[in-house]
Amino acid sequence: MSKLPEKERMLGMYRQMYLIRKYEERIYYLFLEGIMPGTIHQSTGQEACAVGMLYDLRKDDYMASTHRPAGHDLAKGVTLTSMMCEMFGKEDGCCRGKGGAMHTGDMEVGALVANAIVGGNMPISAGVALAFKMMKKDNVIVCFFGDGATNEGAFHESLNAAAIWKLPVIYVCENNLYSATTSIALTCNKPNPAADRAIAYDIPAEVVDGNDVLKVNEAATRAIARARTGEGPTVIELKTYRHGGHSRNDACQYRPKEEEKAWFDRDPVKNFRSYLLSQKLVAEEELQTIEKSIESDVDQAVEYAQNAPFPQIESALTDVYWEGK
Amino acid sequence: MALLSIADALKSAIAEEMRRDPLVFCLGEDVDIPGGMGGAFTVTKGLGEEFGYERVLNTPISEIMLAGVCVGSAMMGMRPVADLQYGDFLFCMMDQLVNQAAKMCYMSGGKVHVPMVMRAPCGASNRGAQHAQSLEGFFTHVPGLKVICPSTAYDAKGLMKQAIRDDNPVLVFEHKLLYGGKRKEKDAISTIGEVPEEDYTIEFGKAAVRREGKDITIVANLLMNYKALEAAQILEQEGISCEVIDPRTLVPFDYETVVNSLKKTGRLMIVHEDNYNCGWGAQLGSWIAENQIFLLDAPIVRVATYDTPIPFSPVLENYVIPSKERIVEEARKLMKV
Ligand SMILES: Cc1ncc(C[n+]2csc(CCOP(=O)(O)OP(=O)(O)O)c2C)c(N)n1
Ligand SMILES: [Mg+2]
Repeated sequence: MSKLPEKERMLGMYRQMYLIRKYEERIYYLFLEGIMPGTIHQSTGQEACAVGMLYDLRKDDYMASTHRPAGHDLAKGVTLTSMMCEMFGKEDGCCRGKGGAMHTGDMEVGALVANAIVGGNMPISAGVALAFKMMKKDNVIVCFFGDGATNEGAFHESLNAAAIWKLPVIYVCENNLYSATTSIALTCNKPNPAADRAIAYDIPAEVVDGNDVLKVNEAATRAIARARTGEGPTVIELKTYRHGGHSRNDACQYRPKEEEKAWFDRDPVKNFRSYLLSQKLVAEEELQTIEKSIESDVDQAVEYAQNAPFPQIESALTDVYWEGK
Repeated sequence: MALLSIADALKSAIAEEMRRDPLVFCLGEDVDIPGGMGGAFTVTKGLGEEFGYERVLNTPISEIMLAGVCVGSAMMGMRPVADLQYGDFLFCMMDQLVNQAAKMCYMSGGKVHVPMVMRAPCGASNRGAQHAQSLEGFFTHVPGLKVICPSTAYDAKGLMKQAIRDDNPVLVFEHKLLYGGKRKEKDAISTIGEVPEEDYTIEFGKAAVRREGKDITIVANLLMNYKALEAAQILEQEGISCEVIDPRTLVPFDYETVVNSLKKTGRLMIVHEDNYNCGWGAQLGSWIAENQIFLLDAPIVRVATYDTPIPFSPVLENYVIPSKERIVEEARKLMKV
């Protein structure tokens, strides 16, 4: 994709960011209306992290996500319809209804089933990268995690392994300043919980504005090049902010209002839109056409998912063990 | 008497114990951030304001540390009450719980003890496979741990106080659909019930007979006890009379109450949300077979979650977990044996 002309590249990124924004928005309302089952951790506000990091990955590269996976999955190419069906627990879901909101993913496009154990995807990503290395493939894996995950033993053990074996893994911390309701400042003495600690493991680290998709993409380009050419892991810490509560049940009353306002003003989607217009890369009408078509795609996905059949109940008993294709 | 949900009963137990004993403290991820939820299920909300954040510790997301800090501080005489948010994360702290906490007293030849409480919300609630497990049976397999599972507000308070005063590591399994707090869960059951204002504890190893009957003894814990009671109502209309027992604690286990019931009924059904293979029902079933088989007029029946991870889709989740319909059907079959 990096060979695309500038305008197409930019619009491609905008499309993905806008899709994530609208997808999460629709889901938010479907939950409020009580139509959608389960719980949900939304990525609204963090779209630039997902899109900037994943835009230049190849389809056969991998990505490992967390309990907040929708942005990552959509950016890696999991289809909108299969995501929406999974949210409703339908047979056509990307995990055939067995995974749910915290476990979306699709191996066909290199999106590992998302992991709801904080830090749980980090050693797995080291393992995926180890396999690439042992099998002499030039693939890479991007592993996302939150600021809170940096306090897990799994973070430290994985970084160390990635460093000593020079693994083709990019560890991406989306530092949205909170782990659930707890400010990261209360649980880590360092200002950059991922990047500052990466140094101790001898891994190069960058701290980047996670709300600026182009800056994120530049950092991604550097890290991907390193990983692909056998130079080993990189840690990228993206400063960002979630627009909503931690999960569906969180009214989010623990963040200072001024802090929220400052971050909401730095809305990654709106700001990138303004940037595209100010650079005259695209005209207002063209953007509106793109946006309308994405909105209608989301509407159609919801419509499809709501009418799609549930899995046969007996299917609950299959897939416990691999039985071959 | 006060009318409390399980969530509030647990909170009042912890608060009263903290007032009574300055060595009691609580800790966990998000246990009580001002403006936050108070753990994942509101139990610890507001404790920081009363007791200060030296005794109500909001921890990093570090389960190994969380369990280990409990072990170490308990060995020094403190009485930690930890909140795990979801019982599934017990697996993240297995070494500290199973290799350390459970074995300290024994390995030291009885010279140290570990009075800690680990609170583990359990049960399926449409959250998918990693936020759904009922692991109480799993931990009954570990000598050195006590395992309790309160299902009413009265029990929640009395057993929690007993757990905090116990000198051993106690795992408390609390069902997400039984909290009945302000946090709304789909399919939740209201557990608001009468709880004495004065201090009381409930001894471990004493089951409760929730309903008397003469044809079938049903032993069921947590949410399944409520489903068994619903099933018993339906069965009564068909002339099948069920005695429903809530074990309340799994380690220690009150076999005597089950035996006394079997003397009347001769038929045993065990119901749990833990899965079938080696769930706590397997232990109870074999204990009865070993020790009291002549009380039985029919084979033992276990109704349990099928041996799969918990699926997300509501239709699948409802299918793998025992329903009142499944209990009714199995009871009818059992009466025909
Ligand atoms: C091992 C483990 N501990 C605790 C939790 C409960 N939990 C889910 S998300 C979360 C906060 C995660 O914070 P962070 O890593 O910063 O990611 P964010 O939610 O901000 O994206 C917690 C504590 C969990 N899912 N897994
Ligand atoms: Mg965070």
